[in-house]
Order: sequence, then C-alpha cells, then structure tokens
Amino acid sequence: MTAPSTNTAKPATGIAALLKTAFTNALVALVLFSLMVGIRTEAGSSGQLTYWTRFGELASLVAVVFGGSIVIELLRQWIGPTGAERLVPPAVQSGMSLIGGYLTPALLIFTLLVPVIFYDQRYILDLAILVLTYVMLGWGLNVVVGLAGLLDLGYVAFYAVGAYSYGLLATNFGWSFWVCLPLAGILAAFWGVLLGFPVLRLRGDYLAIVTLAFGEIIRLVIINWQELTGGPNGVSGIPRPSFFGIPLDNSDDGFAAKFGIEYSPTHRIVFLFYLILALALLTNWVTIRLRRLPIGRAWEALREDEVACRALGINTTTTKLTAFATGAMFGGFAGAFFATRQGFISPESFTFQESALVLAIVVLGGMGSQLGVALAALAMIGGFELFRGLETYRMLVFGMAMVLIMIWRPRGLIGHRAPTVFLTKAQAISSDLVKEGHG
Amino acid sequence: MSGDKILSVDRLTMRFGGIVAVQDLSFAAERKKITALIGPNGAGKTTVFNCITGFYKPSGGTIRLTHDDGRVIALERLNDFRIAKQAKVARTFQNIRLFPGMTALENLMVAQHNALMRASGFTLLGLVGVPAYRDAEKRAIDLATDWLRRVNLLDRADDAAGNFAYGDQRRLEIARAMCTEPALLCLDEPAAGLNARESAALSELLLSIRDELGTSILLIEHDMSVVMEISDHIVVMDHGEKIAEGTPREVRDDPKVIAAYLGTDEDEAVAVMESGT
Ligand SMILES: Nc1ncnc2c1ncn2[C@@H]1O[C@H](COP(=O)(O)OP(=O)(O)O)[C@@H](O)[C@H]1O
Ligand SMILES: [Mg+2]
Repeated sequence: MTAPSTNTAKPATGIAALLKTAFTNALVALVLFSLMVGIRTEAGSSGQLTYWTRFGELASLVAVVFGGSIVIELLRQWIGPTGAERLVPPAVQSGMSLIGGYLTPALLIFTLLVPVIFYDQRYILDLAILVLTYVMLGWGLNVVVGLAGLLDLGYVAFYAVGAYSYGLLATNFGWSFWVCLPLAGILAAFWGVLLGFPVLRLRGDYLAIVTLAFGEIIRLVIINWQELTGGPNGVSGIPRPSFFGIPLDNSDDGFAAKFGIEYSPTHRIVFLFYLILALALLTNWVTIRLRRLPIGRAWEALREDEVACRALGINTTTTKLTAFATGAMFGGFAGAFFATRQGFISPESFTFQESALVLAIVVLGGMGSQLGVALAALAMIGGFELFRGLETYRMLVFGMAMVLIMIWRPRGLIGHRAPTVFLTKAQAISSDLVKEGHG
Repeated sequence: MSGDKILSVDRLTMRFGGIVAVQDLSFAAERKKITALIGPNGAGKTTVFNCITGFYKPSGGTIRLTHDDGRVIALERLNDFRIAKQAKVARTFQNIRLFPGMTALENLMVAQHNALMRASGFTLLGLVGVPAYRDAEKRAIDLATDWLRRVNLLDRADDAAGNFAYGDQRRLEIARAMCTEPALLCLDEPAAGLNARESAALSELLLSIRDELGTSILLIEHDMSVVMEISDHIVVMDHGEKIAEGTPREVRDDPKVIAAYLGTDEDEAVAVMESGT
C-alpha cells in the first residue's frame, strides 16, 4: 500500500502548534466550566438564591485540561492515530497474526476451564458470568451495529423484554426455563420487528435517537404497567434454572443428592457459568454462519452501500428488519439468563447505561469482529472491576483508559474484516476500507 | 425505428420542485442492442436512469419493459429494489458504488442475493447447511469467477474492492451488475476516468455482453470514441429534452447535436460544420 513515510509524517509537530492546541482546549474549558464550576448556586435557607465563586477549582480544572491536551497530543504523535499498524514492522505483524490464530482457541480453552481453576473463588466465577453475559450482549448487538451498520442505542429494550418474558412466564404460569428461553428470544425478536418497522426508514443520527427513545419507552412501560410487571418493585421469586429438570439445591431429589455428591452452592454458579457460555457460543456460532449466508452478506453490503444494495434487487427493509430481529433475539436470550441468574428483575437493570455499555463494547472491539467484541467485554467489565480499589477515581481512570485505547486503535481492538468467501486465499481486509454504515 | 423493443419510454417527465430535469422524453431501446444516451452535462441523462431503475418516481409518462417471453412491466409503478429483482434491470452508477470493504468475489456474491436467498430457504435451510444450498453457492461462485475472468480481475478475486484502481472498479461494477443476470443493463458513464487502452477494453467487453449473452444495454457515455464505436442507436438529450436520435453516423452529422455540444446556436454550428467539411 502507501509508503510508510507518507503516513508517519505528522502535521504540526512543533512546540508552537502543540501549545496552541492546548491553549485552545484550555480556553474552551474555561468558558465551559466558568459557569458550571466557577460559580456555584444554591437555594438558601429561605429560598433565596445564594452563590459563591470557586475560582481555585476552576483554575485547576483548566490547568488539567491544558496539561492533558499536551499529553494526549504528544501521545497521538508518538503512537499515531492511524499510523499504529504501519509503524509495526511486517515481521512483527505476521507474528501478531500468528498469535491471533492461536488466541481464539486458547481463550476458549481457558474459558472452559475457568470453573475448574477458580472453583473456590466465588467472586471470580460471578465476574466471569457477568463478563460472559456482556460478551453475549455484545455479540448480539454486533449483528445490528457491526454487521448491518445500524446504530442502535436502545438495545437494552430487548434485554428487558427477554428478562421480563421469562420472569413473568415463570412466576405466573410456572413454565420452566428451557421452555421460556426460546419464547423469550422469539418475543424479543417480535418486538425488534415491531419497533423496527417505523424506525428503519430513518438513517444515521435519527435512527440512533429513535432507538434510544424506544429503549426508554420500554423501560417506562415496565415501570408504569404495575399490574403486569410490578412496576418499580420488579418481579421477584423468579425460579432458578434446573439441570434439565433436576433442581440445583440441597433437597432430596436435588442435583447433589441424585449424583451422590456433597451439596455445594457452587454447583449452581458453575452451572450458570456453563449455561451462559453455551448461550454465548451459540450466538457466536449462529452469527458466524449467518455471515456466510446470503442474508449476512446482505447485512454487510447494507453497511457498505445501501443504494447499491437496492440496485442489486435487495429488499433493504426486510434485510434491516432481520438484522434487528436477530440481534434482538440474542438480547432476549441474554435477558432470560439474566432473570434466572438474579432471581429478581426490576426496571433499574435496564437503563440507557446498559445500552451504552454494550455499544461501547462493540465499538471498542472493532465493529463486526467477534473476537474483538469478546476481548472488549473482558476489558470493559473486567477492567472496571480491576479499578475497584481506586474507589472515587474509578470512573476517571477507566474513562482515561478508554480514551487511550481509542487513540491507539481508533477502529477498535480488532480492526480487520475477514472475508466471508474466498477463491484462493482469505486475506484480512483493512478497516480503513470497511464502512461503518450510516443508518 | 423498428424491431423488437425491450424498453420504451413514453413522454417521461421528471420535475424537482421548479426544475424540470426531464421533459416529455420518448425513446426506445431495442432488444440485444446497445442504445446510447448522450448529451452535455446536466442534460438529464442520469435522471432518466434513476427513473428507469426506480430511484426516482417520474412526475409523468410511462416506462415499459418487455421481456423475452412477452411479459410487459410498467417500471414507473414498480419501485426500488423490485425493478432489479422482478424486472431484471441492472445498473451501474456514475460515481462507482461498490462495497469497498468486501472482496471482489463477495461483491459479486451479493449481486446474486435473491437467487441464493431462495436456495438457502430464506436462511433456515442454509443455517443447517443442506446440500442443495451448498450446490447453489458453488454455482454462484462459479458465475462470479466467470465474470471476474471476463473483466480480467480473476487474480484479484480475494482483494478488497476499495483497493482497486479506478478502471478496475468500473469493470468490477459492470461484472457485479451482470451477476444479477439482467435483461437490460444500464451503464452510467462507464468510460469516465479510463485511459484510452481501458476504454478500448471496455468497448470490447460491452460488445461481448451484447453478442455473446444477448443482453440489451442502455449506455450513458461522454467518451465519443466508445459511443460511436459500439452503439447501435443513439439518443441525444439537451436541457431535459430529446434533440436528436439515430445511428452514430446520423447523430454525428446532426447540426443540433453539434450545437448542443459546442454550446453555440444552430446557425453557428452549421457554419462550423460546413467549414470543417
Ligand atoms: N435529486 C435532485 N434534486 C434536484 N435536482 C436534481 C436532482 N437530480 C438531478 N437534478 C437536476 O437535474 C438536472 C439533470 O441532472 P443529471 O440527470 O444528473 O444530468 P446528467 O446526468 O445528464 O449530467 C440537473 O440540473 C440537476 O441539477
Ligand atoms: Mg450524469
């Protein structure tokens, strides 16, 4: 491709340019924060407006922005936003791709062994289940955002539909988890299609905003439809999953008694772990297969160029709807799992923050890459736990880490697209060429 | 003009607010022939294409497509993807619209979407991997390979389309349109940006599409060497109206055509022409 020298040559490397950028950013921060931080207003004891100034804090904030700009700018020039891959010599790159080839099976084997290795560490097992839940959600949303290029900010709606489907069917009718699981997926897919119809005419920002609204609408309906959903109190007493009919408790016909082993509450955790792992792998398997089928290729083509798709006789509306419904179905499965794991669900679990988190996982992973999404879920959820010790500064450090990763790899951790069919040799396609979709 | 018409456009009008981009345009394209639509920039050629291929809904007039079996389809009533799917009209775009992040082969596979969807039992049979679908996919790959060979891109089958040189992208877009197995192929300035050698190769390709496959072609083109060499019939537009039509020879000698291209009025053009001959 292009010579590295042209790409590594950076504009505005001088100290003056650096200072200018930092100064501009500091100025913006000053204007922005002077009202937000510099002046503090509060209602006084008798309702009058009291205010006082906090110029010290303001000054330190502006200073942080000034310093931060310089650091980020230096980092940007050092690693380079797009030059990262080109700076790496080809030999190292091929070595990396070799590791990449072994990374997936190694990760899979490790994941399968997690309950064995960490059998006594309940905390790790719980965390692993949480990570896998987000891996599954990420893979589900990846169909919509990564493959079809439809920016969906309301994905949590389908997670909620799945969770409430299982919760309500199980508590009201006593249906088992294994009957409810497919139903939860089907119901979520159904809602995906229903919401999709009016929404998918819109493109880009409009689509994002309307899907965001739909996510909120579902949550508000759940809060307000007290008779059915229990409103803000949620649904409690949701049955735990059984080992194909055998309850995982210490009763006489429970799992431990049946198999003649000593009862331990860890059995259930381990079972839940393998359950979500199986669900996630199912999602992955189906997605990988779908990508190689005409429908999957049409999704990706849609992301690349919608007009060209129409000129080739592809029904873009149904193609978008199937992507929406497929993603929603996986979200529904994950929701049903969430409900059975928690035993209790309430609208608080399905806020916009969840949608944003799952979307962040997909974007960080590298849109469309299955391995990338899995790594991103691990990094986001695991990383967030890692910083738990930092307490108040946890969010700050975490946010900084995210920013740094996005500077380092603007197209996500795995920035390649693998072709779905090849004649002689499958070559990874550079993310510079792959479109992100706009609707 | 006599003979078997595949496409007849009758009094086609397209307005955008106050602008009349196409006015009362009537012409026909013969089956298994190459019909060219020429005219200066802004004449309304692309707009005509967009009406034929369903991207615009005409303000007035009719567009009829007659298939080999005698079936007549009113294109102005079909919309969007149905024209490509049911009426079998394929097109390329003036500013190439490939799927840049997909390989050349994948581009051609997407073009066979509808046939493959049917073979995959609308995904369900394909998901479980029935042999019938595998056969269909193999046939689709064969067709794509065949077209890659025809447009001389076989060795680049597994490269991303976005990495292709301009001329290669143009040829790949034609191959992609042909993979939909169209009855009528509409090409919007396929020679734009090509060098002389590539233009010549393009002419050859279009002639082979007409002669070997019997596909009818409707062609918008500025490159007169291509148009004059391969067209069976030429329709000339200016300011949204048809100003002339006929064989390449007839059109070349038409003073109105020369006037339109030179931007002069008729008398002057005649003078220019006469002094020239
Ligand atoms: N979508 C549109 N909205 C408004 N005007 C349009 C639109 N499409 C084409 N036009 C106008 O129609 C006229 C013909 O354009 P076009 O068909 O692209 O010409 P050509 O392809 O012959 O160069 C131009 O004046 C153009 O501005
Ligand atoms: Mg044009």
